[in-house]
Amino acid sequence: MSTVSTNSAALDSPGADSRTCGTTGLKVCLAAQRFIKLNAVAALVFLLLGGIAAILLALTRWQAVHLLPVDWFYRIITFHGLNMLIFWILFFEVAVLYFAATIPLKSRLFSRPVAWVSFGMMLVGAVMTNVVILQGKADVMMTSYLPLLAHPLFYLGIILVAVGTLIAVFNFFATLFIAKRDKTYEGSLPLVTYGAMAAAVIAVITLLHGAIVMVPTFTYSLGWTPEPDPMWYRMIWWGLGHMSQQVNVAAMVAIWYLIGYLAVGAKPVNETVCRGAFILYILFINLAAAHHLLVDPGVSPAWKMWNTSYAMYLAVLASMIHAFTVPASVEIAMREKGHSRGIFGWITALPWRNPGFSAAALSLVIFGFVGGITGVTLGTQQINIIAHNTMRIPGHFHATVVGGTTLAFMGLTYYVIPLIFQRDFIWRGMARVQPWLFGGGILLVSFGMSFAGSLGVSRRVHDIEYAGAYGPAAHLFLGLMGIGAIIAVFSLVAFVLMCVGTVLFGRKIEGRAMADWGVAESTVEAKPGSLAHAHWAMKGTMALTSVFLLCFAVYYFANWKALADVWPVQ
Amino acid sequence: MSLHVPEKNWFRAPEGAEKLWIGVALVWCFVMSLMMPYWHFRGKQNAKGETYAVSAEAFMERTQQFVADNRVGEIDGVPVVEPAPGSDAYLVARMWDWYPILKLREGETYRIHMSSTDLNHGFSLQPMNMNFQVLPGYDHVITMTPTTTGEFPIICNEFCGIGHDRMIGKIIVE
Ligand code: HEM
Ligand SMILES: [Cu+2]
Ligand SMILES: [Cu+2]
Repeated sequence: MSTVSTNSAALDSPGADSRTCGTTGLKVCLAAQRFIKLNAVAALVFLLLGGIAAILLALTRWQAVHLLPVDWFYRIITFHGLNMLIFWILFFEVAVLYFAATIPLKSRLFSRPVAWVSFGMMLVGAVMTNVVILQGKADVMMTSYLPLLAHPLFYLGIILVAVGTLIAVFNFFATLFIAKRDKTYEGSLPLVTYGAMAAAVIAVITLLHGAIVMVPTFTYSLGWTPEPDPMWYRMIWWGLGHMSQQVNVAAMVAIWYLIGYLAVGAKPVNETVCRGAFILYILFINLAAAHHLLVDPGVSPAWKMWNTSYAMYLAVLASMIHAFTVPASVEIAMREKGHSRGIFGWITALPWRNPGFSAAALSLVIFGFVGGITGVTLGTQQINIIAHNTMRIPGHFHATVVGGTTLAFMGLTYYVIPLIFQRDFIWRGMARVQPWLFGGGILLVSFGMSFAGSLGVSRRVHDIEYAGAYGPAAHLFLGLMGIGAIIAVFSLVAFVLMCVGTVLFGRKIEGRAMADWGVAESTVEAKPGSLAHAHWAMKGTMALTSVFLLCFAVYYFANWKALADVWPVQ
Repeated sequence: MSLHVPEKNWFRAPEGAEKLWIGVALVWCFVMSLMMPYWHFRGKQNAKGETYAVSAEAFMERTQQFVADNRVGEIDGVPVVEPAPGSDAYLVARMWDWYPILKLREGETYRIHMSSTDLNHGFSLQPMNMNFQVLPGYDHVITMTPTTTGEFPIICNEFCGIGHDRMIGKIIVE
C-alpha cells in the first residue's frame, strides 16, 4: 500500500494491503495492524515500568514499611506519574485511534511514514524523559511546577511525546477524511469511531496547551528566555493535565460500548443520546483546568465557580448519561436474549468469566461510583479547601484513570491480542481472574488513600512522621492502601507477562476464529428485537442509577457538612 | 452495533426512562452548580483568593517588620508573634520552614498574608485539614477565624524539594 492519497482508501479495492479477520469477518488494514501492534507493545512496557514504580511508592507511603530513601521516593513518583498517566495511556490511545479509524470504516490507514514519525518521536521522547528522571536530574514531579526546574531534556522529551501524539491524531483525522472521500462506508460513523473522534478532538486542544506551557519552560531551562510566571504555568499546565483526562474518559466510554457489543451484543438504545453525550465532552471540558486551582491565589472566586461548574457539570452530565446508556443497552440485549427474570436476573447471566467483559463492567462501576462521585465533590470550589493536595486526590484519580481507564484498556487488550496479533491467550484461567484482582486491589488503594487524605495526610510526601499530626487511623489506611497496591501490582504484572507471553508463544490464529472468551447466551425464550421500542424495559439500570444518585448526594452533602465544621475562612 | 455504521435516520429524541434520567441528572448538576454561589454568600468557609503582587524581598521585609512589632517569645529559635485581633499577619513559606510561629486568639479574625520566597509551597493546617496554595510573587490573603484552641501544625503539601516533608510550621490558638 502506498501513501499517495490518490489511491482509494477502500480495503476491498484491488491491490489493497489487507487481510480478512477470521473471527469478525472484517477487513484489517495491514499498515494499521502494524502500528496498533507497535503502540500497544510500547504501552505495555510503560505500564510495566509504571507498575514497578507503583509498588515502590505504595510500600514507602505505608509508613510501617517505608521502603525508599527520600530522594528516590520523589524520583520514582515523578517516574510513575509520567509512565502511567502519559506514556502508557497515550501509546494505548494511539493504538485505539488507528483501530477506530480503519477497521470499523473498512479503510486503510492514511500514511505509514506519518505513523512511523509519530511512533519514533513518542518513543524517543519517552525514553529520553525516563533516562533524565532516573539520572536524578528531574526530581520535579510530573507537574514540574515552576520555579522548580528540571534538566532541559526532561521538557524536550515531553514535548516530543506530545508532538508525536499530535501527529498520530493527524493521521487519524486524515484516515477519516480519505474514508469519507472514497466512500468506504455509507452513512454516519460507527459509535466507537465517533467516540474515538471525540477523544481525538479533545486531544488536539489538550496537546496545544501542552505546547504553550512546555516550550517556554524548555527555553527557560536552557537560559534563552525569562522565567514564565508560576501561576500562569499552573493554569496552562492544567489545561493539559485535566483535559487529557477527558481524552481518557472519551476513549474509555467508547471501549465500554465496544465491549458491550462484542460480549453481549448490546446496541445503543438511542444513538442520538450517546452521540450527544460525546459532544458535551468536547464542548464543556475546556475550562475544567479550574478545579485544580480552587485554593490558588490570583484567580477570583467567580472565575473558579463558573469554570468548575458550568463547564464541568455539563461534562459530568455527559458521563451520567453514558452511565445510564451503557448498562441500559446491555440490559436490553440480555432481556431480548430471554434473561428477563426480575429486576436483576439479567446481571447474573452476564459473561462474567470473560475478562474483556468483566474488566469493562468493573471499569464502569469503579469509574462511576468511586471516581466520578469523588471527583465532582473534590472539584467543588469550597470543598476543595478540605481536600486540596491531600491523599484524597490520588484516591480519586486512581479510581478514574486506573480503575476506570486502565482497566477498560486491559479489557480491550483481551480482544486486541487475539484479533490483531492473531494469537490465542495463554494462561486463560489467570486471565479470567486478573480484572477482578486489579479492580479489587485498586479499590483498596483508592479507599486507603481517600480516608488517609480525609485525616489530613498529604500526597507526595516521603515521611509523615515529622508533622506529628497523624494517629493510628491514618496509618491503618495507608496500610490498607499498601495491601491493595500489592494485589493490584501483582495483577498488573501478571497481565503484562500474559500479554507478552501470548504475543511470543500463544497459539497462532490464521484464518480461524479466536478462542472465544464467552458471550452472553440466548435462552429458548429469546426474542431478538422485541424491546426495540420498550422505553421503560431497563428496570435494573433504573434501579442501579437510582442507587448511584443516592450515593452521590449523600457523599456530596456529607462533604459540605465536613467543610462547615472547620474554621471560618474567607 | 457500536462497531458498525448505525441504521439510517438514527436521529431520535430521548424517550422513556432515558429521557427521565437525563432530566434528573440535569437537575442534579444544576443543584450542584448552585451550591457554590449559595455557600459563597451564606457559608463561612470560602476560598476567595484575595491576592496582591509582591516581590520576595518586599514580602520578607514586611514580615520582618511584623515580627519586630509583635514578637512575644521564641520556640526553638523561631519567633512567636501575636498580631492584634483583626489585624494583618504575615507568614513566609520557604525551603524548608514556615516563618514565624503565629499566636492567635480564639474567636478573633485575622488577615493572614502568605507568600513564598522561593518555590511553590502548600499551606495545610492540621488536624482541621485546611489547605491553600502559596506561590512566589503572590501575596495570598486568607482571612481566618480560629474557633478551637491548641497547637496546630502547618505542613507543606506542595512538593518543594528534598526537605519538603520536614517543612513544618505552627499556629498557636489561645
Ligand atoms: C497498579 C497499581 C497502582 C498503584 C498501587 C499506584 C500507587 C500510587 C501511589 C502510592 C502514588 C503516590 C501517591 C502520593 O504519595 O502522592 C501514586 C501516584 C500517582 N499515580 Fe499511581 N498507582 C497505580 C497505578 C497507576 C496508573 C495505572 C496510573 C495512570 C494511568 C497512575 C497514576 C498516578 C499518578 C498520576 C500519580 C501522581 C504522581 C504525582 O503526584 O506526581 N497510577 N500511585
Ligand atoms: Cu514547602
Ligand atoms: Cu513542600
